[in-house]
Amino acid sequence: MQYIPNILFLILLLVGSGFFVKNSKKIIRNIKLGYKGNDLDHKKERWTNVFRIALGQSKMVVRPIAGILHVVVYVGFVIINIEVLEIIIDGLFGTHRIFSGLGTLYNILIASFELLAFLVLVSVIIFWIRRNIKRIKRFLSPEMKGWPKNDANIILYFEMVLMSLFLIMNATDYQLQILGAEHYTKAGSFPISSFLLPLFENLSQSSLIILERSAWWLHITGIFIFLNYLYLSKHLHILLAFPNVYYGSVSPKGKFKNLESVTNEVKLMMDPTVDPFAAPAEGVSVPAKFGASDVLDLSRTQLLNAYTCTECGRCTSNCPASQTGKKLSPRKIMMDTRDRLEEIGKNIDTNGVFIPDNKQLLGDYITKEELWACTTCNACVESCPVSIDPLSIIMDMRQYLVMEQSAAPNELNIAMTNIENNGAPWPYNQMDRLNWKNE
Amino acid sequence: MSNTLKVPTMAELLAQGKQPEVLFWVGCAGSFDDRAKKITKAFVKILNKANIEFAVLGAEESCSGDPAKRAGNEFLFQMQAMMNIQVLDGYEIKKIVTTCPHCFNTLKNEYPNLGGNYEVMHHTQFLKALLNEGRLKVEGGKFKGKRITYHDPCYLGRANNEYQAPRDLLKKLEVELIEMRRCKSQGLCCGAGGAQMFKDAEPGEKEINIERTEEAIETSPSIIATGCPFCNTMVTDGVKFKKKEGEVEVLDIAEMIINADEL
Repeated sequence: MQYIPNILFLILLLVGSGFFVKNSKKIIRNIKLGYKGNDLDHKKERWTNVFRIALGQSKMVVRPIAGILHVVVYVGFVIINIEVLEIIIDGLFGTHRIFSGLGTLYNILIASFELLAFLVLVSVIIFWIRRNIKRIKRFLSPEMKGWPKNDANIILYFEMVLMSLFLIMNATDYQLQILGAEHYTKAGSFPISSFLLPLFENLSQSSLIILERSAWWLHITGIFIFLNYLYLSKHLHILLAFPNVYYGSVSPKGKFKNLESVTNEVKLMMDPTVDPFAAPAEGVSVPAKFGASDVLDLSRTQLLNAYTCTECGRCTSNCPASQTGKKLSPRKIMMDTRDRLEEIGKNIDTNGVFIPDNKQLLGDYITKEELWACTTCNACVESCPVSIDPLSIIMDMRQYLVMEQSAAPNELNIAMTNIENNGAPWPYNQMDRLNWKNE
Repeated sequence: MSNTLKVPTMAELLAQGKQPEVLFWVGCAGSFDDRAKKITKAFVKILNKANIEFAVLGAEESCSGDPAKRAGNEFLFQMQAMMNIQVLDGYEIKKIVTTCPHCFNTLKNEYPNLGGNYEVMHHTQFLKALLNEGRLKVEGGKFKGKRITYHDPCYLGRANNEYQAPRDLLKKLEVELIEMRRCKSQGLCCGAGGAQMFKDAEPGEKEINIERTEEAIETSPSIIATGCPFCNTMVTDGVKFKKKEGEVEVLDIAEMIINADEL
């Protein structure tokens, strides 16, 4: 009988992490639906980016208020997780504060967890106020209505509840230590939760134990539920930000992807020795589709980008098109890509393979109007704190529109015809290029 | 004035058995747009004044392909790029300078994938290098102490991380540089990039160039400086729209340098 809590805990641990692993595999499968890009070069630069941008949060602090609050929550999250390790061991073996043998170091650790938990709680409350009371503009775009708004708040409530439970757990534990309760060996230093002691002073030892155990169980259960909430939510960024930054571009932002399939065609066209009437050689594959009309035409990095986006909206608030009231919102491009990929993932879950559903990213999610509003200025790419590149998706979809559908706006078709005919986007004769010299 | 410009073409130099130090890539705007031609001439005047041996391609130059690439027409872009690369390689060109950040970016970043490898400089970078080498002198002259704001072209700034060279030149002109709220890596686009120059904007509440020009005007400058013929057009239009053309001038840094000691 005495092992029932341990067994229950083992079940919780297995179910909680089991579901997480199962669903993470689905996300990895979905990302692998994209094609493999050439982003394995420059390893050193990539690791530097991971340390600087992801671990070091260098781009978060460009906006100081949100940035510093986020650093607090991030550091809190990473460090408080050391405590989760202790909780898991205690849960499995029925011990009480297994790491307490560390002595003074343990006291320092617990004290810093408490301080961080408090700071996280305060930051999260400020985040909630910014979203719901101060109503900061970038959280109110059309694409943020409904689930995205609720998702953001649910995450904040989760963190508020988890941090509160953590502090209640510590306070009651501390009170039991003071009372000299059996099993509650004296360990830890409680700079924050000691302020909560007056709340528990008059409670009996048995009530305290019930409270302490409830807080302890709810806290760790909450963590497992939160872990399994991640893959349903924009909050996945806490894990994916790191690989995403690693695979982010290491080229100058002005360098766009070169389409090899086009290069091969153009080289053939320009090669005077090619026989234009020759039948295609055996085994030569059909030329690939140019550009992207659906998520399956995108690269793995672009799909990882979509799952990594946490909808902070810095891209959209810096986008010149969004700022002047055009339909384009780089954040929506990322959200649409993710939503469409999720839809395809569910299709595969149900049917085993992807069965065409007469839908695609272009048209059903992202309109031409959005795509043609982009000035390719790279403001979205620059502002993303985790190296997401919405511009690359916009460009791939423009390529599809132009090269597969000839669906460019008419004025652009005229400019392109001019380039083709006279080497300039305007209808001037190439022979007149040097006329300015004598004007 | 104009007949004093020395603008040799590569073909002429080849006939004389000469190879210039640098090729000046003029670009479509610099060749055909009336406003941008003034920037082209200003830059040539500086090159002449500093006795730089340069040449242009003249009628052998063609669109770099930038608007085609950004519009999504990779075919047309690569056709243009490969034809240009044939011409450039035919003349064994190693170093290129251009007054257009779009040509600059395309030649520098997009051509290597197609076999065109050159040292490519924006004219502000080139002029700064001339200054550093002592081959060019820049003095404040009539711009000394004037309130000037600088608009970062996206394809020079964010796309290629060059924020300093144009500012260093302005510093040499002894101007009072007032930065806009959104500047350098946070700079706001003028609205012309990504082939937008050649089409109407999508429906919205405002034109991007008006938004940017308003921000520039908030700094109460006497000059809005920039380093891109397209930004120049967009901001000039914005200034006209705000009916400020009597108070605010829009100038390329090359024009400022050559005009500094006139008057």
